[in-house]
Amino acid sequence: MGKLCNCSRDLLANQDREIQKLFRSYSPGEKEALIPILQETQGIYGYLPKPILYITSEYLKIPVGKIYGVATFYNQFRLQPVGKYLVQVCAGTACHVRGGDLVLQALESELGIKSGQTTQDGLYTLSTVACLGACSMAPVVTVGGDFHGRLQPKDIVKILREYEIKE
Amino acid sequence: MERINSVYELNQLRDKLKEEFTKNKQRVLVCAGTGCVAGGSLDIYAEFKRLIKENGLNIDCELEEDSCGGDHDHNHDQAHKHETGYKVAKSGCHGFCAQGPLVRIEPDDILYTHVKLGDVEEIIRETLVKGNIIERLIYTNPMTGEKVAKEHEIPFYKKQLRRALKNCGAIDPESLEEYIVNDGYHGLANALIKTPQEVIDEVLASGLRGRGGGGFPTGKKWQFTRIAEGDKKFIICNGDEGDPGAFMDRSVMEGDPHRVIEGMAIAGYAVGADEGYIYVRAEYPMAVHRLKIAIKEAEEVGILGDNILGTEFSFRLHIKEGAGAFVCGEETALIASIEGKRGMPVPKPPFPANKGLWGCPTVINNVETFANVPIILDKGADYFKSVGVPNSPGTKTFALTGQVANTGLIEVPMGTTLREIVYEIGGGIPGNREYKAVQIGGPSGGCLTEDHLDIQLDFDSLKSVGAMIGSGGLVVMDEKTCIVEVARFFMHFTQNESCGKCVLCREGTKRMLEILQRIVDGDGQVEDLDLLVELGETIKDGSLCGLGKTAPNPVLTTLKYFRDEYMHHVENKICDAKVCSALKVYHIDPEKCKGCTRCARNCPVGAISGKVKQVHSIDVLKCIKCGACVTACAFDAIEEV
Repeated sequence: MGKLCNCSRDLLANQDREIQKLFRSYSPGEKEALIPILQETQGIYGYLPKPILYITSEYLKIPVGKIYGVATFYNQFRLQPVGKYLVQVCAGTACHVRGGDLVLQALESELGIKSGQTTQDGLYTLSTVACLGACSMAPVVTVGGDFHGRLQPKDIVKILREYEIKE
Repeated sequence: MERINSVYELNQLRDKLKEEFTKNKQRVLVCAGTGCVAGGSLDIYAEFKRLIKENGLNIDCELEEDSCGGDHDHNHDQAHKHETGYKVAKSGCHGFCAQGPLVRIEPDDILYTHVKLGDVEEIIRETLVKGNIIERLIYTNPMTGEKVAKEHEIPFYKKQLRRALKNCGAIDPESLEEYIVNDGYHGLANALIKTPQEVIDEVLASGLRGRGGGGFPTGKKWQFTRIAEGDKKFIICNGDEGDPGAFMDRSVMEGDPHRVIEGMAIAGYAVGADEGYIYVRAEYPMAVHRLKIAIKEAEEVGILGDNILGTEFSFRLHIKEGAGAFVCGEETALIASIEGKRGMPVPKPPFPANKGLWGCPTVINNVETFANVPIILDKGADYFKSVGVPNSPGTKTFALTGQVANTGLIEVPMGTTLREIVYEIGGGIPGNREYKAVQIGGPSGGCLTEDHLDIQLDFDSLKSVGAMIGSGGLVVMDEKTCIVEVARFFMHFTQNESCGKCVLCREGTKRMLEILQRIVDGDGQVEDLDLLVELGETIKDGSLCGLGKTAPNPVLTTLKYFRDEYMHHVENKICDAKVCSALKVYHIDPEKCKGCTRCARNCPVGAISGKVKQVHSIDVLKCIKCGACVTACAFDAIEEV
């Protein structure tokens, strides 16, 4: 693991146990385990830290370039850390025809960031998602996994306030 | 539960459970589908359990987890009209998501809509104890104002025929017992006493066609896999429901997971596979959760694993979570994804039936297809064929969404007309607005206009008008929806999801999107329309998989049926639906304007001028058409023209 810099070693040391447990549940060289390992890594860190990708590469005997290819292919994976609350705006058809765009605009102006960015205080990351499958409640936004449905742009401030109060 | 060692034991267990279940005089089913959970139904469920337990209420109760069954005998003495317990259970999606959270009370079939936490106490006191119906909570038809208490009398349900969804909303999806009571795994039991070939013949005779969109006969697919050479074979369930606007598969996996498992096990027996994968979208955590519970329960009683129901047949199931790539709905891409690679399609042939997962013969079917299989094996091919149309027998589920009064999950016989779905089940379009189109089949499908309202929805009729059933998303659009903008929306989606393998799909969809963007931005030209058609046809010809072959469909069908609207955009720079913001012009009505200055203060570019208490005006050259003034005006004085 000569490729790792000091800060990544610290990062690993802090999370050692969880990550080691993760790797133990798959056998070395088990190539089909790549996506589940990436999913679980993201479950632990909220994103895919570079050092873990190198470890995964060594463990599964898959070149790190290929892993990067897989990680960037699927929408689920993020290579940058996310805010405490992930705000997902559904951009599915039903949400779209019921004004999902306006809700996204309201969120962008309220948070002062564009989709894909994180607020400076690290509280929110804004993103769009193809369809959350909750079309009957369109338009839908999830904040940290909680669903908020049948939204109008004016509801946004109230919803965000709830999470700020929690902090 | 104990291990079930034979078909006989399964039947015995079912009869025993049936007897026990009828003892529960009333059953409260709280919908725990995604829509209702988002509306707070899990809290409602907890509140029911808490209040029934806490108050005693002279009710015996049989609660699944923290059962207060110990009080049974004690409460009997209190001479209440109900001899035995109440049962509170979580159910899968009832389908009527627009009215959620939903609470159904059996056996009276009362459906309460928009239930809030505070209503629970009243439901227990009035309905459960006294048998009164609470008017406020029952369904009101938004079109007529008529109130309906019983679920099956609500127009939304009346026209439906729920077979694949029979258990969704009616049983607790986390209980194997409830599935068995409802004749669950009876199809598998019937299959196991037949030869594998007889099972395939039955499925062939039923005429079942793949519900994922392609419509390929399921029996044939199985037959190919059965005769394919190889010791190891696989069954894959495609639960990568990526179409924006579709949630049928999700509802089945969440509401009746055992049915999917049963269908897969039957397929495994028929083709000689002993292992299977369920590939579920990562965005569906609840489906993953419930499937995991169901697999575990089935393994415990010997319905999955080695020597199923005491026979020689063994079958194991794994769950693979997708990672968010629409193209993985394509079977070869999905297989690549299970193998841990980028989900990119490969040319066919060889078909997965010959060379699928890890090069082994593989059956890959959609969730709803597997959900139909137990019906065929349980009740026979003739029963299955008794509804639907000759070339498309059986029923089909649809996710009905968009501008329609009753949104939700529905199931109708194949061949039902669009008019019946939109106006009778869907309850029409709210706000007296005009029907404009239905987008069917998501980003691969097409638009159906008013002229198509009487078209029968089945695989072949839809193909004849350039649309397809797809996985079954039906998005209703009214006059306030801009068709060009919707076409742009779908193109944006497919362009984003194109895996990049085929040049024409990768580059062509990008160019089409640019042209559509140009048109909605008001910079389109008449020639653009023909260019779109040419590009669309070329992409269809030059793409390997279903994504590219169908990506131009929304544009091509809307261009065919709504060419006028495109022409208005490019020639007159007018958006009839007043959606495309670049084509809007704002105007202040001098009659209505009070000169309050609010619009001027809210305008981000200072395009509005006027003195206090005098009529204001908008400088159209400065205006960026953001609409801030319209929202700000308290007198409705600003109109879009």
